[in-house]
Amino acid sequence: MNQLIDVKNITLDPDRLVETGRVASTIYTSPELFEKEQEKIFRETWVWVAHESEVPDKGAFKLSTVGREQVIVVRDRKNNIHVMLNRCRHRGATVCEIEKGKTSSFQCPYHGWGYGLDGSLRAIPHPEQYGEEFDKTQLGLFTLRTESYNGMVFATFNDDIEPLEEFLGAAKKWIDLFMKQGGGFPVKTLGEHQFSVPMNWKVQLENTTDAYHFPIVHKSFLQSLDEEAEETFTFLDGEGFVEDLGNGHSVMVMIPELVDLEEDLDRKIPERFEALADELRNEGYPDDQVRRIVRAVGGSGFNLNLFPNVACSMAFFRVLTPVAVDKTAIRHIALGMDGGPAAANRIRLRLHEHFQGPMGFGSPDDAEVWERIQRGVEGGTELPILVDRGIEKEAQGEVGPRGHVSDETGMRAAYAMWKRMMQE
Amino acid sequence: MNNIEQDNLLWWVTQFIWNEAAILDAREYETWLDLWQPEGLYIIPIEEAENYAEVLNLCYDDDKMRRDRIKRFQEGFSISSAPPATTVRTVSRFVIDSVDDDTVVVSCAQHLVEDKFGRQRLWAANVRYTLTTTDSSFMLQKKVVRLLNSDGVLNSFSYLF
Repeated sequence: MNQLIDVKNITLDPDRLVETGRVASTIYTSPELFEKEQEKIFRETWVWVAHESEVPDKGAFKLSTVGREQVIVVRDRKNNIHVMLNRCRHRGATVCEIEKGKTSSFQCPYHGWGYGLDGSLRAIPHPEQYGEEFDKTQLGLFTLRTESYNGMVFATFNDDIEPLEEFLGAAKKWIDLFMKQGGGFPVKTLGEHQFSVPMNWKVQLENTTDAYHFPIVHKSFLQSLDEEAEETFTFLDGEGFVEDLGNGHSVMVMIPELVDLEEDLDRKIPERFEALADELRNEGYPDDQVRRIVRAVGGSGFNLNLFPNVACSMAFFRVLTPVAVDKTAIRHIALGMDGGPAAANRIRLRLHEHFQGPMGFGSPDDAEVWERIQRGVEGGTELPILVDRGIEKEAQGEVGPRGHVSDETGMRAAYAMWKRMMQE
Repeated sequence: MNNIEQDNLLWWVTQFIWNEAAILDAREYETWLDLWQPEGLYIIPIEEAENYAEVLNLCYDDDKMRRDRIKRFQEGFSISSAPPATTVRTVSRFVIDSVDDDTVVVSCAQHLVEDKFGRQRLWAANVRYTLTTTDSSFMLQKKVVRLLNSDGVLNSFSYLF
C-alpha cells in the first residue's frame, strides 16, 4: 500500500486515480479533473442548497450554489421552493446580489427584465422590437429540479436522476435522528460562519468522516472543556463506528449515547447544562420537557456525510462549495429550536461559536491542516494519499461496510462514489 | 464638558486604544486580559443586533472565554496558533460617542494586516469601545469589532482584533 505509484499509472483516468485504500494526490491538484468534477458530479447529482427554515415564508429567498453555479433558493406564494440560476436569460447578469431576504420578484438591473418567484419571465421593457416568435414562457430563469427531505433542500441539473429519497437511501434514517436535536421543536437555522480555505473540496469531504484527527488537531478545544465534556468528546476508545451508507454517504458515530436524543431521557443531566435545566424549570417547563430539551441542546453524537457537499455534523450543517481546484468555501450553519426556549438557543449559539468559524476553537486548526495538505501535495504525484485505515478489519454493518470510529471507511465510501460518477 | 475637557478626554482614550493595539500586535495577552473588567464582553459580530447574546457571532467572549482563548493561543497545542499569523494594525478616526459618569463610548477604525505562509491579508473594522474610567486610565467594559465583511467569506484568525 505504501509503495510509490508507478509513474506510468499517473494519468487522469479515474479508475487509476482511486484504488482500494489509496488515491492519487492529483485529485487534489489537477485543474482538468476539477473541471470534470463540475460536469460529472456537481451537475449530475443532488446538491444540498438550503434548509427550509432559511426560506421560512412566502417571498423569502437566499443565495446558494450548485457546484460553481450561483442559485437563488426562494419560496413562492404557493409555498413551493424553487431553485434557479442567478442569471438573467437576456445577457447573463445576476438578478440578485443580496445574500438573503424577502421579495416579490427579481429584476435584472441591466435592461429591467422582471422574474416572478417561480422564475417565470413576467415583463420586459419595450417588448415591441422582439418578433412574434418571442416566447416569454421559454425565457424564465433556468430552474433546477428541486426536492426536500426532512427540511433539507437539494437541487440538481440532472432531470434523469433518481428521486432524492432514493439517492439518500440509508442516510434518511440518520437525517431523521439528527433532526431530533430540535428537542421537540422543529430545527431551524440560526446563522452561519463562512470561511474559505486554500484546499481542494475533497479534503473537506474526507474530514467530516475523520475521527482519527480529533484528539490531535482539536486538543486545544478539548482542553477548554470541563472534565465531563472532555470525557464525552474523547471518543476514540469508545464504541463508535463509521459505516458506508451507499451512494458516497457515510455516518460516523462518535458518541453512541447521543445517537437517539429521544431515548434515555432520565439520563443524568451533564454538569455544563445544569444551569440551563434550572432556568427552564424556573420558566415553568415540565420536567420531561426540560429533560428532552437539555438532552438535545448539545447536538447529536454523529456526523452524517452526504456526498458531495453537505454534512449533518453533530450540531450544525457543514456545507462545502468548490471554488477552484485549490480553493473551497465552507459554511458552518448553526441550528436551534424553532419556538424553543431562548435560553436553550443561546447555549446552542455559544457552543457553535466555541468550536466553529474563523474564531472558533476548532475550525481554525482544521483549516490549518487542510491548507497544509494542499501545500504538501503540490510537490509531486508519485506518493499516494492513504485512506486504508481499518480496511482489513471492516465488517458488514446494517447496510454497508462498517469500521472502527477512527477508520477511513467513510472516505472510501466517498471515493468509490467519486470514481463511479467520474467514469460515467 | 467644555472643549478643553473634551479634547483631553479624546487624547486619553486615544492613548489607551493605541496602547491596546500595540499590546495585541505584540501578543502580550496577559497584559491585555488585565485591561478588562471581569464582566466585560469582547464581541465580533456577524450582523448588527440589539442584543448580541441572542444571535450568532464570530466570538462572544466573557471573562472565561477570553481566558480560554488566550490559553489556547499560548499553550502550543493549537496548530493554527503555533505559530500564529503576525499582525500590524493601525487604529484611527476616533470619535467619542457619549460620556456618562464613569463610562466613555468611543468609536474608531482599525486596519490590520496579517502575515502567514508568506501571504498577507488585510482586514478593516469599525470598533466600538465602552470604557470605564479608573483613577489613572480606563478599563475595557465592552469591545465590539465590526469587520467590514463580517457576514462574508472569511479566513481563520489566530490573533485578536
